[in-house]
Amino acid sequence: MSAGGAVRHLYVHLPFCASRCGYCDFVTVVGRGGQHQAYVTALLAELSLEHEVLAPGLESVFLGGGTPTFTAPGELRRLLHALPPAEEVTVEANPETVTPVVAALLRESGVTRVSLGAQSFQPGLLAVLERRASPADVRRAVYALRDVGFDNISLDLIYGIPGQGAADLDADLSEALALEPEHLSCYELEAKQGTRFTHAHGAELARQAEAMESYFERVVARVTAAGYRWYETANFCRKPQLADGRDLRSRHNLAYWRSRDYLGLGIGAVSTIHGRRWRTKPRLGPYLAALAAGTPPPREVEELSAPVRRSERVLLGLRLDEPLALGTGLDRAVDWSAVERLERLGLVRRGDPASDTLALTKRGRFLGGGVTAELLA
Amino acid sequence: MEQERIRNFSIIAHIDHGKSTLADRILELTGAVTGRQLREQVLDTMELERERGITIKAQAVRVSWRDHELNLIDTPGHVDFTYEVSRSLQACEGAVLVVDAAQGIEAQTVANAYLAIENDLEIVPVVNKIDLPQADPDAAAREIAELVGESPDRALRISAKTGEGVEAVLDAIIERIPPPSGDVTLEAPPRALVFDSAYDQYRGVVAFVRVVDGSFRARDPLRAMAQGTRFEAEEVGFFSPTMSAAEELGAGEVGYVITGLKDVSRLRVGDTLTSERRPAGEPLPGYKDVKPMVFAGLFPTDSDEYPELRDALEKLKLNDASLFYEPETSQALGFGFRCGFLGLLHMEIVRERLEREFDLDLLVTAPNVAYRVATKAGEELEVHNPSEMPREVERIEEPYIKASIIVPKDFVGPVMELNTERRGRFDHMEYLSEERVLLDYELPLGEIVLDYYDQLKSRTKGYASFDYDVLGFREGKLERVDVLIAGEPVDALSLIVHRDGAYARGRQLVDRLREEIPRQFFDVAVQAAIGSRVIARETIKAKRKDVLAKCYGGDITRKRKLLEQQKKGKKRMKQVGSVEVPQEAFLAVLNLDGGKK
Repeated sequence: MSAGGAVRHLYVHLPFCASRCGYCDFVTVVGRGGQHQAYVTALLAELSLEHEVLAPGLESVFLGGGTPTFTAPGELRRLLHALPPAEEVTVEANPETVTPVVAALLRESGVTRVSLGAQSFQPGLLAVLERRASPADVRRAVYALRDVGFDNISLDLIYGIPGQGAADLDADLSEALALEPEHLSCYELEAKQGTRFTHAHGAELARQAEAMESYFERVVARVTAAGYRWYETANFCRKPQLADGRDLRSRHNLAYWRSRDYLGLGIGAVSTIHGRRWRTKPRLGPYLAALAAGTPPPREVEELSAPVRRSERVLLGLRLDEPLALGTGLDRAVDWSAVERLERLGLVRRGDPASDTLALTKRGRFLGGGVTAELLA
Repeated sequence: MEQERIRNFSIIAHIDHGKSTLADRILELTGAVTGRQLREQVLDTMELERERGITIKAQAVRVSWRDHELNLIDTPGHVDFTYEVSRSLQACEGAVLVVDAAQGIEAQTVANAYLAIENDLEIVPVVNKIDLPQADPDAAAREIAELVGESPDRALRISAKTGEGVEAVLDAIIERIPPPSGDVTLEAPPRALVFDSAYDQYRGVVAFVRVVDGSFRARDPLRAMAQGTRFEAEEVGFFSPTMSAAEELGAGEVGYVITGLKDVSRLRVGDTLTSERRPAGEPLPGYKDVKPMVFAGLFPTDSDEYPELRDALEKLKLNDASLFYEPETSQALGFGFRCGFLGLLHMEIVRERLEREFDLDLLVTAPNVAYRVATKAGEELEVHNPSEMPREVERIEEPYIKASIIVPKDFVGPVMELNTERRGRFDHMEYLSEERVLLDYELPLGEIVLDYYDQLKSRTKGYASFDYDVLGFREGKLERVDVLIAGEPVDALSLIVHRDGAYARGRQLVDRLREEIPRQFFDVAVQAAIGSRVIARETIKAKRKDVLAKCYGGDITRKRKLLEQQKKGKKRMKQVGSVEVPQEAFLAVLNLDGGKK
């Protein structure tokens, strides 16, 4: 199925969810149980339209959602078996969907890594987030995955939930660390203007904003103290010495942060290949119809100019804990007087002149957004 | 026309008491304009004046009534133009004093009546708006009588709106106001008082004059005695109400002289014109070089508009000799001008004209007054900008005013309280009637320029009327308060305050800045200081996090745009040392008194 392209990373979007969580802004589809089959068929049709860009051996495949594990098991299996093999195959899952049967299905279908959306271990906070899983579901899901042999599990946590005190955050971190996941993603809750969630909780979020100021630092301190590497702004993985020498960073996501090309399939999915980015429109109907007719689905295309590509390489690269190499023309994307200023403030570190690299200091990483905005030319 | 049959008069009134309506009726009745020609309020030419109900530039109109030549000289209607009003009154022998039958006399009525009396004018009291249901003509007539020292029966009762009684006003002008009595002999050295001037794009400076002695003709070589400006009269004439050229302007007459001068500041109000051939020995009395008392920085909101602002000020200055401006550079606000005004209303008018007629978006700093300073080195200077106040001074003097406030008696307490807060010194109090009280205070002008007028109005439910006169400079215990952001003094935020209020003011400034300056990558100290002594301090704590939490394949474009936006936001900020301060923060502080309180 693979051809002679160079793209080594594939994203597949499975939009179906049992219900929509209040804070969610991903492309999701609720209550279309009858369309799972048609959708998977369409995905595979899209893959066959695009497969020529893919390299013979893929590094990573990532099934995101939605709730991929909510997809009808037969369809999920059909999809996984039809996708090209890769060194890392990740599937996102909501804890309540990971039964021993689903875990076994994933394992048998070549999945190497599962990313569980735990979000919190406090029932009250899960209710605020409108999550369906209970804390017990999270633990059960992890055990189910371990039982079938998964040795690369990632947990997602959200902090800054309305009503979440510092003690709640500590408890969440303790619960998560106790499950000994290989990987942790910790996100601050983003309350987007105009969402139902912000409408309901905006006042409370504003009230606790000052107290939550320190949560990010707290998360990093706790998780790194437990032997994890803070390898990206919001991502942690067990250090190799605690993981039989394995590098447990998400290979798929590293590809994004290193500005590699990737192909995305499914509604709302984004691809970036050869300086061209396109996003498939998020409506299910037109997607199914186009692919049923053997034509590409409706997409929005964005041409990335050379300066934009350079800026993106800087803004993505600086999210990582490894220095960004500037040699290949990237220095033009950077405002050097800003770098000097930021260096004086102890936020940015330049490598020695020979290596020509740029990295954020620890404090700089906490302020990564503002620092990056300032140092981009 | 022989002087016996000339009458020169002004109409003086508080704002909205009906001066312009009466002027319109007079023009209509005397046939100077027909009803069809009459647009509302003929004398007010500028759009702005009509909206504000005030008159910036005086003009004079000649009408005939019962075989007499009447010259109606319009006076500027506001406190900031007291000197111009006094010159206009100087050009008359009498004044029609108009009082609203429902409102009674107001502070401005009193101030103008006193000015008229000082100029020896015959006053024709008129109670206007007797057609209003709430009119109380008897009470108004009693108040006027009290004010001018005549019997209430002498006050004419009219409705300028309906025209009722206006003929009687014209008759009274002829009967009661004396004719001019200048020297009409042929050899008399001519003298004329310049009571106003205007700039015409095509004809240069047009002087409005009252001939006192002798006569003036076109082609006469003339000289302005106080300023020494020489020019040839290109044309003389009068307004009726349109411009009509005349062969000559004789003693006692009022009219215009086209000077051909290109700059109004060369022919100031109050100067005396005379002939170069037969120059008068003495100028007419009363010329003053009026100096601006209130200063503020004007900056274009968009710094690219600086040249437009400069051109606009140049144009305004052509018509406004009392407007002063010079370039000012502020580290916070960029390039602009420090402008001097006669008073607050003058400032408002200039600002509105700049914004309206020249379509400029302006940022106006908090106004301050002129200070006279003696340095320790023995130097004397005048300071118009707090950031230029020397730090080592021997003595600072500030302008004082005499404020007259008229209020219903129930509000005497709140007004006294306000004046005490503003360092006022009580002078005296008078009952104008059973209900209304006149309060005289001496106050530092600096205490008036911020929000005094608004406070006065709000504490008296709008009933207070206010007028003032500049008394001169007096020493004050004043301090220069500087604001420092991260140790850097911010020029635009320096201010001069009285020692007793310095701490409170410094605290207020610092608190406000702390609210307005966004948190930075490092702690920022915001301080108010007198010299090297810090009187208030706050710290804006450094940001502890500023990250875009999630960033995967689908988010990159949006995150990039967010960062671009953040970058753009940073560019709009003003850099004070290493601190980024949004323009809004300066505005909030500069509007400290004007805005919220």
